[in-house]
Amino acid sequence: MFFSSPNQTIRKAFNRIFDTTPLLISLVAALVVASVLLIAMSTDPLQAYRSMLNGAVGTENAFAETLVKAIPILFVAVGICVAFRGGVINIGGEGQMIAGALAGVSVALIATSLPGPLIILFSLTAGFVAGALYAGIAGFLKAYFNVNEILSTIMLNQIAVQSMNYLLNGVLLDPTEAGTNHIPKTAKILAEAQLPRFSITLPDAIYGALQGLGFAGTPELFARTRLHYGMIIAILLAVIIYMLLWRTTIGYRIRAVGENENASRYAGIHVPRQIILAMFIAGGCAGLAGVVQVLGLQYRLQTDGSATGFTANAGFNGIVAALFGGLNPLGAIPASAVFGGLLVGAQKMQRDMGVPAALITAVNGLIVIFTVSSQMFARRRARRRAANEPPRSERVLDAAVNTPMEQQT
Amino acid sequence: MSATLPTGHRRIDQLEMRGIVKRFPGVLAVDHVDFDVCSGEIHALLGENGAGKSTLMKMLYGLYQQDEGVVRLNNAEVRIRSPHDAIQNGVGMIHQHFMLVPSLTVAENIALGMKSSRGWRLDLDLVSKRIRELSERYNLKVEPDIPTWQLAVGEQQRVEILRALYRGAALLILDEPTAVLTPQEVDDLFVILKKMTADGHALIFISHKLHEVLAISQRVTVLRDGRRVDTIPTEGATRLKLAEMMVGRPVVLEYERPEVTVYSDRLQVRNVSALNDRGEVGLRELSLSVAGGEIVGVAGVSGNGQHEMAQVIAGLRPLTGGKIEINGQDVTGRSPSVVRKMGVAYIPEERMIDGVVKDFTVAENLVLHDHGRKPFVSQRIFMNFKAIRDACQEAIRAYEIKTPGPDVPIKNLSGGNIQKLVLARELARQPQLLIAAQPTRGVDIGATEYIHRQLLKERARGTAILLISEDLDEIRALSDRIVVMYEGQIMGIVPGKDVNIRQLGAMMAGTPLDKVAEMS
Ligand SMILES: Nc1ncnc2c1ncn2[C@@H]1O[C@H](COP(=O)(O)OP(=O)(O)OP(=O)(O)O)[C@@H](O)[C@H]1O
Ligand SMILES: [Mg+2]
Repeated sequence: MFFSSPNQTIRKAFNRIFDTTPLLISLVAALVVASVLLIAMSTDPLQAYRSMLNGAVGTENAFAETLVKAIPILFVAVGICVAFRGGVINIGGEGQMIAGALAGVSVALIATSLPGPLIILFSLTAGFVAGALYAGIAGFLKAYFNVNEILSTIMLNQIAVQSMNYLLNGVLLDPTEAGTNHIPKTAKILAEAQLPRFSITLPDAIYGALQGLGFAGTPELFARTRLHYGMIIAILLAVIIYMLLWRTTIGYRIRAVGENENASRYAGIHVPRQIILAMFIAGGCAGLAGVVQVLGLQYRLQTDGSATGFTANAGFNGIVAALFGGLNPLGAIPASAVFGGLLVGAQKMQRDMGVPAALITAVNGLIVIFTVSSQMFARRRARRRAANEPPRSERVLDAAVNTPMEQQT
Repeated sequence: MSATLPTGHRRIDQLEMRGIVKRFPGVLAVDHVDFDVCSGEIHALLGENGAGKSTLMKMLYGLYQQDEGVVRLNNAEVRIRSPHDAIQNGVGMIHQHFMLVPSLTVAENIALGMKSSRGWRLDLDLVSKRIRELSERYNLKVEPDIPTWQLAVGEQQRVEILRALYRGAALLILDEPTAVLTPQEVDDLFVILKKMTADGHALIFISHKLHEVLAISQRVTVLRDGRRVDTIPTEGATRLKLAEMMVGRPVVLEYERPEVTVYSDRLQVRNVSALNDRGEVGLRELSLSVAGGEIVGVAGVSGNGQHEMAQVIAGLRPLTGGKIEINGQDVTGRSPSVVRKMGVAYIPEERMIDGVVKDFTVAENLVLHDHGRKPFVSQRIFMNFKAIRDACQEAIRAYEIKTPGPDVPIKNLSGGNIQKLVLARELARQPQLLIAAQPTRGVDIGATEYIHRQLLKERARGTAILLISEDLDEIRALSDRIVVMYEGQIMGIVPGKDVNIRQLGAMMAGTPLDKVAEMS
């Protein structure tokens, strides 16, 4: 009664291809729809997209900037995978990033007598813990008082921004800036507390080949860019969290609770503990995103009064990247890179073509809507193939997509 | 042109399925099956769990598409691509799980998704009128204007049948309609079904209970492993013959219960009270004990506190009073994980909701509570997938679970096979106390026999077993003592041997044992 024929194998392969095509199709579709907008603004869409592509990956520096932009998105996305797999819809990435950055920068500014690597280590740890605890509040409220985590995390975002503004105007304010009315910022962290810049030495053969293609840089790839070791930390984290979710009992329990809370409870799994833990890990990852922005890029924390000024919306974009990556931390790696590229490329397009910023927002929004809905379509197709009920992850997806998100940059 | 039914819809004189094939990845679920049903007939479909009954019927109702084969309706070929097509062609289906919107009234539920005869204005008054006509004709007693959450399971089923009739079903598929009904409700349902066939409806009836099939159907088709074994007239068939056709070997329908050593009390429930989900009193001052090596059967019409009792013991529902001891230790108010660690296993009644994680694989579901134990874990937190898969292979073999392998999502398995996996999981831990709620509901004869044997084996091993079942035959066949519950109270406890059925019936209807004794 059971069999597996070559026919089946081909069909499986076909299905896999078919599942990724909607993503590509939707990207193209989004660009087509967006070009209608561009034409309406009497801009040549082809030229615009060429400048976008150029801005994202056209030069060594552009590519580095794309990756720099992708780093915080990846940190957040990895955490979101855990939360959503655990059935907790964490919309609080922004607030958790800020909490992480505040704790991390404080440690880096206080522990100045320690050797550099230790400062970095303590600072990262503080950022993780702060983000985790901050998210843990929402987890705790959900687990024990059934408070909707979407609402609580959004509220916590507001609280985090205001706390940041308060602290940066007060105890954390750079002493040399006191009394001026520059935008509030902390002092700069010590040079040895900064994450080193990242570069790789290209082997001669590859360098030669690249030069043949018109590459103008030195063999020290990324040496003169802002790309930093946060990228490596983020990728390591993605791998670790992947292992955690699918290789350990901790991840197993989180996923079990996310898929079926009742059955987990009946089986003796402590459900509230898993909800809090999922939130804790998600918040920790977002917290790391915050510290790494400080240690690797900005070297201080400053605020223009909004969350976006510091996070550049990574706390929200991470959610989209996680969904884009199929709620799999490894999938989130390329997804974040693509997302970073879109953001960086859009800025270049804006500069080159002189289109209004709002249009860029619209184009990005279109891409998000199209790709996320294509993901839902792909999942629905897979579901129809397999069986009747939507899996939990998809219900989470639906909920997440229907959640109001702040404006995309 | 075929005749019309008294409901005013077109009659289906004959519906024929020829050479139907359906494949799922790794499974040939339906293998060249021929099947037909005529107006005025009840055709029963029998088969073990996973034989392909539901799959065959879902194709007829447009939920799945067949890979091969044709469907002919009154001799004309039809292609049914969706439930909408099915309804257009006069084919209706009653699923095991009802699909009513709880806050809407009966009439609203029935009108849901149908065009109003008044355009954009609701015609609920007309719907109600028509419902009254239909329910009178077919004995389908329901009040159109009350919300459906107030209805008992049997009444909800009647609403589903009404809805199908209202939409013009001339052929009605009933997939295990009796699995959730009390014996009284089953009798009522049969009256309705007989009336429908007398009017010229065609019915397809799926059940694992052979006596029901013998009582109601005119013909029986038996499926095994996706293939049709035979179609025979019900007249002249016997339970044993049908069982053998299904299983492919002789089946034992009675068990011997060897005398076993009875140990001291494993479970003591003392004056326990608790609320039900609606916040009313669900258990009142309930006291009961189960000893090791003893099966205590809990009989009663469902909804009389059995579910709450099981949950309270397993730590899943708070008590409002009383005390629970397991092995002499007080576990009152302890969490489910603590209770489980004391050696309690629980086969929940709602296996799809409370028993398994649908999107997890068979193997992952097998270790739902033992995932943290050796050998399933190594270096404290890493899952040992090889050990888990090996254990799963072993369970699949031992319990004859039909699945392409340990790594398919459990939702792809048929209901009975999921139940077997839950049983395998719960017995694997060699429990001190086993709470088994409706362990054989929706399970085929072969598997029922197997599960009963396993329960008796556990009993012989010295496990204390609390068996909650609506199936009186099951209770009588297995129990050392029988507890009868009514409205959250115990009406009486009687020895399982030579139990008086009339006495049980009276207690289930709410007469305490001492009163029953006085009467006789
Ligand atoms: N959506 C699906 N995907 C994959 N396999 C499936 C699917 N639905 C059913 N199957 C497989 O097809 C076979 C037939 O299943 P089906 O549900 O028709 O059995 P059944 O006779 O109704 O059993 P039961 O009495 O337990 O309800 C089983 O082996 C089952 O695992
Ligand atoms: Mg079935």
